[in-house]
Amino acid sequence: MRTRRLLWVSVPVLLLLIWSVVYPSVNVITASFASGLDDWRTFLTNPSDRDATWATIVVSVWSVITAMLIGVPLAFALTRVEFRGRRLLSAVAVLPAALPPLVGVIAFLFLYGESGVFTRTVQHVFGLAEPPWTLTGLPAVIFVHAYTMYVYVYLFVAAGLERYDQSLDEAAAGLGATRRMTLRRVTLPMLTPALAGAALLVFMSALGSFSAPYVFGGGRRVLATQILASKLNGAEGLAYVETTVLAVTAVLALVLFRWLEGRRRYTSAGKGRAPRVAIRSPFWRRAAPVLAVGLVLTLVLPHLMVALVAFARDGTWTTQILPPEYTVDNFRRLATDPQLWRPITNSVSMSLAATAANVVICFLAAYLIVLTRAPGRRLMQLLVVLPWAIPATAIALGLAATFNRNDPATGRVLLVGTFWILPLAYFVRNVPVVAGAVESSLRQMDPSTEDAARGLGASWWLTIRRVVLPAARPGLIAGAMLAAVAAVGEFVMSIVLSTHANRPISMEILSQLRDFSFGTAAAYSLLLILLVLIITASARWAEGRWMSQ
Amino acid sequence: MSSGALSLAEVTKRYPGAERPAVDGVSLQVRSGELLALVGASGSGKTTTLRLAAGYEQPDSGDVILAAADGSARTITGVPPERRGFGMVFQHYALFPHMTVEENVAFGLEARGVRKRERLERARQALASVGLEGKGGRSVQALSGGEQQRVALARALVIEPPVLLLDEPLSNLDPTLRQATRDELRTMLRRSGVTALFVTHDQEDAFAVADRVAMLRFGRLLQVGTPEELYHEPASRHVAEFIGRASLIPAEWRGEAQARIVAGGVAQEAPVFVAERGHPDARGGWLAVLRPEALAVTSPDAAGAWRGEVASRRFTGGGHYELTVRLEGGMALDVLSTAGDVREGSRVGVSLRPGVRPVPLVLA
Repeated sequence: MRTRRLLWVSVPVLLLLIWSVVYPSVNVITASFASGLDDWRTFLTNPSDRDATWATIVVSVWSVITAMLIGVPLAFALTRVEFRGRRLLSAVAVLPAALPPLVGVIAFLFLYGESGVFTRTVQHVFGLAEPPWTLTGLPAVIFVHAYTMYVYVYLFVAAGLERYDQSLDEAAAGLGATRRMTLRRVTLPMLTPALAGAALLVFMSALGSFSAPYVFGGGRRVLATQILASKLNGAEGLAYVETTVLAVTAVLALVLFRWLEGRRRYTSAGKGRAPRVAIRSPFWRRAAPVLAVGLVLTLVLPHLMVALVAFARDGTWTTQILPPEYTVDNFRRLATDPQLWRPITNSVSMSLAATAANVVICFLAAYLIVLTRAPGRRLMQLLVVLPWAIPATAIALGLAATFNRNDPATGRVLLVGTFWILPLAYFVRNVPVVAGAVESSLRQMDPSTEDAARGLGASWWLTIRRVVLPAARPGLIAGAMLAAVAAVGEFVMSIVLSTHANRPISMEILSQLRDFSFGTAAAYSLLLILLVLIITASARWAEGRWMSQ
Repeated sequence: MSSGALSLAEVTKRYPGAERPAVDGVSLQVRSGELLALVGASGSGKTTTLRLAAGYEQPDSGDVILAAADGSARTITGVPPERRGFGMVFQHYALFPHMTVEENVAFGLEARGVRKRERLERARQALASVGLEGKGGRSVQALSGGEQQRVALARALVIEPPVLLLDEPLSNLDPTLRQATRDELRTMLRRSGVTALFVTHDQEDAFAVADRVAMLRFGRLLQVGTPEELYHEPASRHVAEFIGRASLIPAEWRGEAQARIVAGGVAQEAPVFVAERGHPDARGGWLAVLRPEALAVTSPDAAGAWRGEVASRRFTGGGHYELTVRLEGGMALDVLSTAGDVREGSRVGVSLRPGVRPVPLVLA
């Protein structure tokens, strides 16, 4: 009886998820066989496809390794050691994650590219005739990934160390273990779930990464960029094969990591984090603050660079180390030229629309998954994580293959070429993060409070409004924030699906770069960073207002 | 308060995939204004029984019947909890963490469409009745465990429920607080006159709060009665073992008023109470339920006494010692003694204290 009432909620949510998440993926796979096995044969024999597949794996594996090498020591240093500069460093340590993907990439271009500020400074200082390096090829891609993705490792390991029961290390020391042995035999094994979770996140992000390979790849392509190239060359069938291969690789990686993660999971009930210790060696005590300041500069530089170039007059920065002329014209033009203003309103409104849909649908899905015995909730649980396993390029291509004509009989609506295709894409992409955040909030709720409300005579709606929604609120706010940030700066799906009607900021940045209008591109980027800050601040504000209530 | 009477009639509930029913043909009546405790070990089905009564679970068969104060009875088996109007106090209280104490208590009235001014007034009264005047504006998370329990009680009582259900209401409190709280709980429930069914795994809580106690085991109801009945007249071995301390010693009985209780080759005669009189299967023989206070320590050579050695000795206050005496032949007896000179390792005799109640006999 109650179950039947839940069906009115669960069936529409399930159908919507199947229609927007599963159906496009199925269409990609079907389309890859549209001309029999021909496209698959082409894929297997084509040298550039083989190279792209290999490059994808190399980039992903090395991204994991480099991100670990930066993130793990940084997490240990910031949670376990006390030194001058620690607070400042931990404040900026997550900064790279706040850069929208394309913005991070162009900041690197301005800094470390062939004509970048850092590159030219080195060239100038050492009096070299040629730039000391070219930021191109797979090492460049891995370099950019390491810089942006170590944050995941840092956050996961730091969180693991915050929860880590210090008495385990003390017990090991008491049994005569050296610090190295304690680290190797006790601390790191206990952190395995955190390390595996972070490795998975980096691997998946690197696998689907588009902007870094697109800008810095040079002649080398990874699958994500190869898909776009095939599509633009008119080899649609091949693009679908490449998409299928990429998506299947991603899902296999997900399964593999989950298996590794599940093999080692420990719980410990400890008194929590150990107090930070001071550095004993006099050398390191002096070196640590210098290192910290150096790191802080490295982390802040890309942001500063974007801010600086945003005020550079377009066309004046040629061979100088720093742009020679500064102006606020770039911003004035953005605000006054309707053509240039349009992408900003587009990005904001599409992000808002997609996030609103995410909030409603993901709240309902998380509610059904966590708090009810609604039929089909296990399927729903799978559907809400699926878009996370599928790289963004693959999602975009799936949507392009599905919503390209009106055919109600097969559930197709013509959205390609309209405004709404991108909000739909952002929505699909962000289902996992919003649903995940709400789910974890609801799991912390004592389920008997819902029973208590019903026992006190509250209707279903009153219970949802007064008990479930407040419990879900922290997750809803955090999830909505992440979704809005991701959508407002989205680039990968936009490059496949955007049209004149919904051209977002990221596409405009790209075209300004192509025109060598670095100043305008940087102004857009700065604006994007500002939008991200506004979204983050409003989420903080909403959370704070909520807490003080 | 209009207290109703709640009946369960042959209620059975089996969870999918479970080997046996969680609740198996339980029939039980909570009379109007009565405090009835459901006791049993974990997994005995007591919480499921409570949830069936509340409507959070639906029985596979059987009925839940509510008789109003005017005597009219109606079956409420399929009625969802929000329309039963019962009060419920949850084990971890299930207070809404984002609401103040007052908002928590007023919530049930809000659900009933009571206007804000009135519901806050009534919430304040309810809080006063549980001794929490002036704490309405606090966050529930700022309260102690005992205070939280009283908020949960006020929240359940303010809607004037015909029946109040309490799931392990004392289990979350530390031992010292628990003793004081259970007396208070009984006083508050008595004062409100509500009909209450409460679940506990602790027999002492049940005895302290309830008028009658119902004992469950493996989903079946073993016995319902006053605490004295369960203690002195257990319906079966499981009740005797669960309720109070007892040593179970083989006895010979052929239907008379007396039985011979045999340990270490020595028999003592005692008057007996037999609940399972006429049970078709008495092949396993009978066991005498010897409570510690029904036994006395004598000298080892006293005529007819069971002889043994004191294996352990605990001072329980008030000049009493609890002794465990290991008899010749291996059986152990718990004995309540006032003799301070008995040490561990002393050889003693144990006799039935003269003039005590009939000794319960149960099937082995």
